[in-house]
Amino acid sequence: MWGNSFRDRMAEERLFRSRAIFMTIFIFALLCVLGGRIAFLQIVEHQKYQDLSENNRIQLRPIPPTRGLIYDRNGILLAENVPSYSLTLVKERVDDIDETLAYLRTLIDITERDEEQFRKRLKSSRRPYEPVVVKYKLDEEQIAQVMVNRFYLPGIDVEARLVRHYPEAETSVHALGYVGRINEKEAQRLDKKQYSATKHVGKLGIERRYESELHGQVGYQKVETNARGRILQVIEQVDPIPGKDLVLHLDQRLQQAAAKAMNGYRGAVVAIDVATGGVLTQYSNPSYDPNSFVTGISHKEYSGLRNNPDLPLFNRAIRGQYPPGSTLKPFLGLAFLEANTVTWQDEIEDEGWYQLENDERFYRDWKRKGHGKVDLHDAMMESCDTYFYDAAFRTTVDKISPFLAKFGFGRNMTHDVPNALSGLLPDREWKKKKRRRSWYAGDTLNLGIGQGFMLTTPMQLATATAALAAKGEWHTPRLMETLGGKAIEEEVKSLDNIVLKDPTDWDKMFKSMEAVITGPRGTARALRRNLTFTMAGKTGTAQVVSIAQHEEYDSEALAERNRDHALFVAFAPVENPSIAIAVIVENGESAGRTAGPIAKAVMQEYLLGAQG
Amino acid sequence: MAGTDFSRQMTSGESHHGFERSQLLFARFHIDLPLFLLLLVLCGSGLLILYSASGQGWAMVQKQAVHYLIGFSVLLVAAQIPPRIYQILAPWAYAVGVLALIGVLVLGVSGKGAQRWLAIPGLPRFQPSELMKLALPLLVAWYMATKGSPPKLFTLAKAMILIAIPLVLILKQPDLGTSILIGTSGILVLFFAGMPWWLIFSMVSIVAACAPLMWFFVMHAYQKQRVLTFLNPESDPLGSGWNIIQSKTAIGSGGIEGKGWLQGTQSQLEFLPESHTDFIIAVLAEELGLIGVLLLLTVYFLIVMRGLYMAAICPSLFGRLLSGSLIVTFFIYVFVNIGMVSGLLPVVGVPLPLVSWGGTSVVSLLAGFGVMMSMHTHKHK
Repeated sequence: MWGNSFRDRMAEERLFRSRAIFMTIFIFALLCVLGGRIAFLQIVEHQKYQDLSENNRIQLRPIPPTRGLIYDRNGILLAENVPSYSLTLVKERVDDIDETLAYLRTLIDITERDEEQFRKRLKSSRRPYEPVVVKYKLDEEQIAQVMVNRFYLPGIDVEARLVRHYPEAETSVHALGYVGRINEKEAQRLDKKQYSATKHVGKLGIERRYESELHGQVGYQKVETNARGRILQVIEQVDPIPGKDLVLHLDQRLQQAAAKAMNGYRGAVVAIDVATGGVLTQYSNPSYDPNSFVTGISHKEYSGLRNNPDLPLFNRAIRGQYPPGSTLKPFLGLAFLEANTVTWQDEIEDEGWYQLENDERFYRDWKRKGHGKVDLHDAMMESCDTYFYDAAFRTTVDKISPFLAKFGFGRNMTHDVPNALSGLLPDREWKKKKRRRSWYAGDTLNLGIGQGFMLTTPMQLATATAALAAKGEWHTPRLMETLGGKAIEEEVKSLDNIVLKDPTDWDKMFKSMEAVITGPRGTARALRRNLTFTMAGKTGTAQVVSIAQHEEYDSEALAERNRDHALFVAFAPVENPSIAIAVIVENGESAGRTAGPIAKAVMQEYLLGAQG
Repeated sequence: MAGTDFSRQMTSGESHHGFERSQLLFARFHIDLPLFLLLLVLCGSGLLILYSASGQGWAMVQKQAVHYLIGFSVLLVAAQIPPRIYQILAPWAYAVGVLALIGVLVLGVSGKGAQRWLAIPGLPRFQPSELMKLALPLLVAWYMATKGSPPKLFTLAKAMILIAIPLVLILKQPDLGTSILIGTSGILVLFFAGMPWWLIFSMVSIVAACAPLMWFFVMHAYQKQRVLTFLNPESDPLGSGWNIIQSKTAIGSGGIEGKGWLQGTQSQLEFLPESHTDFIIAVLAEELGLIGVLLLLTVYFLIVMRGLYMAAICPSLFGRLLSGSLIVTFFIYVFVNIGMVSGLLPVVGVPLPLVSWGGTSVVSLLAGFGVMMSMHTHKHK
């Protein structure tokens, strides 16, 4: 019994030892597997993981360049960069985003829109520990509220960034345009590298036209960061190259004068420096504040602008296409003279209407009883329609249209004004192609008083007036004067100078246009009062609704928006013109009383502003 | 006591010097000196790594030192308790453990999506599964020792049921990793008791066959995610794959010699998550390289060898079975932890024994070594 139990114990111990030996071998094998695995990672794959670890540690962080500033011709700042503070959140460091937002809401106002935008940004792909903006444009009180409570808000921070600001706001936007946040479509178009740190891009106007020059070159910083994205040290830095500063021909004083004079009207003013073609004024009324667009305009504010019946977003100066009306007459007069169909001495007897042979239709003068005996000078001063019907009929469209084209009508001749429209200069071919009708003599009569098919933008009218004032010398209209201190280097499209058979025709035309203001029956004689400089101009009206044959135009009966548009073109001083201008006042009716004074005010500011 | 007789016998022999003399001195207090020293070496290196892994946090190192202190005290106490007391305690510890596990399921506190903690007023919060890590091998060893070795099939079947009860309860928490490890510690007792090879192989094949079924019927979403991440960590590099990518990067970038102590960019710049707990080996591998890893593996190997040797020369069957199971389980922890950090195994929450930060695991592991020393140094009655 004892021996048996002893043998059992021996057997038990032997059994255990054999199992223990087996286990030892097994454990040794597993240890070899572990050691082998580690050795594999550390020897065979060492380089790969070495690189990975370096990539973890070292980051290239792009540094956005500072956007170039924009000045007017007198050095007034039109577009600057100001620090803006944003509330940011690091997702990885926030336990409960809803709770954090709820707490933030007790400190500062976070609108539904802010939250909606934030959630959208949160979803888009990004690297860990990258801050996501919760709310833009914090004011000082909001910054203080957040900073004081930062202890309770892990992962929340306030970040400063330079953001575009337009100090002149409404008065400059129709020339400058604005920058806005880069959208997905633009992101595909833009250079990924250059824009890696940039959040805004020029959307409209000059900001868009000179985007690449204003933007500058991105810089880089090689930094060591920890997993939370905190920078521990800067290893290497390539500074960004700031965008070039832009000086415009634009004169902000004139923009303000135009805005002031346009008060309450819908319309536009374009003024051009006769000697260079530089755009001095490009203003459209009503206007809007571009600063709302920079950090994202609210849906409500935007639809308010869109649905406004006065169309503040509509840039009338370059996209409003109106019949030029009688403002076309100086150019038509020169066309007649060139075609030898009239001379300065020729006179007609105006009874208040004109009739074509074999046509029942009466082509009426704006003055029912007629102007009596008129020559070209009188016809210009009094804007006699009958004279121009007759002369246009005899000159024919085939001579008129090509001559008008020399002044840039019918195409967009601007150098750096994006989105400018080209108006419409009709001729036989155009009518056949677009209207599938042949050109009638009546069409020529309408063209003879700037009505019918012809359309011009205020920009085109001002350009043509500038060419007229320069006695045919063509200067392509342009906004940019210098970029980074240098004048325009790219090629500028141009038109040939206009040479008249008799150069004295220019002076005679100037005289007749001066008479529009100074003459006893001048249509803009109201401007003569307190006029301290010499000025030549031409009024015009553009019909909004056509009046039937025997009906009379009755402004009282017409709704305000159906009244005629008032136009005025002018240049000054007459002896040595330096500024040319075109003004349109929608539904302004009397050009001499609405559009004229606006042109006068702007020119006065330009010529005499410095003296006070 | 039997133990003291044993040591007095030895001291009354020829004169001894140095190591042998201190070995005898320690033996008087039922301490196995080689094992004790190896453990000290391991814990000492653990503190060094922890200092680096915690971002040079003295406070954490001090706390861990306190954990070690408590652990070694428990070890000393556990070593003094004679084996027969453990034999008596075995069923009770098991019963308490099972009750506590049921308690967790009924009124436990949840953390990280699983219920593991039991908060009893007046006691520190603890995980009953930690208690089970000791109680289950204790019970199974006691049971098998009373039945003799090699065991009969029926005895094995009954032992399996005893193993299955806590296993299912822990699985319910749910804690797949711990339940497998605890189940393994029970099976290991059966293995050392002489479970027939054919049974071992058929069990292994059944488990292998059942693995796909586990996927559909047992595993929770987060467990499936871990397995998926293991199979392809790059599928979600910023989410659940982040940990394993970063730990492999840390290990691989360390190279043979390492980046130097406190110089690991992965750990010092906080790219490596859980660097002071489950992923601490990656810190060692990054900073001290392959040399450091092999040294640590050697220490572990020596501890396991010494443990197995102590088990083999243990006078009682109970002691042999218990010690064998405890020491191999200890090794399995090492293997699973390093395997998971180096991307060989899926990520399961297993700390690196005696090196990872954490009081409960340090104390229960050292307690286990105390029990082993008791088994080894007390003479069989």
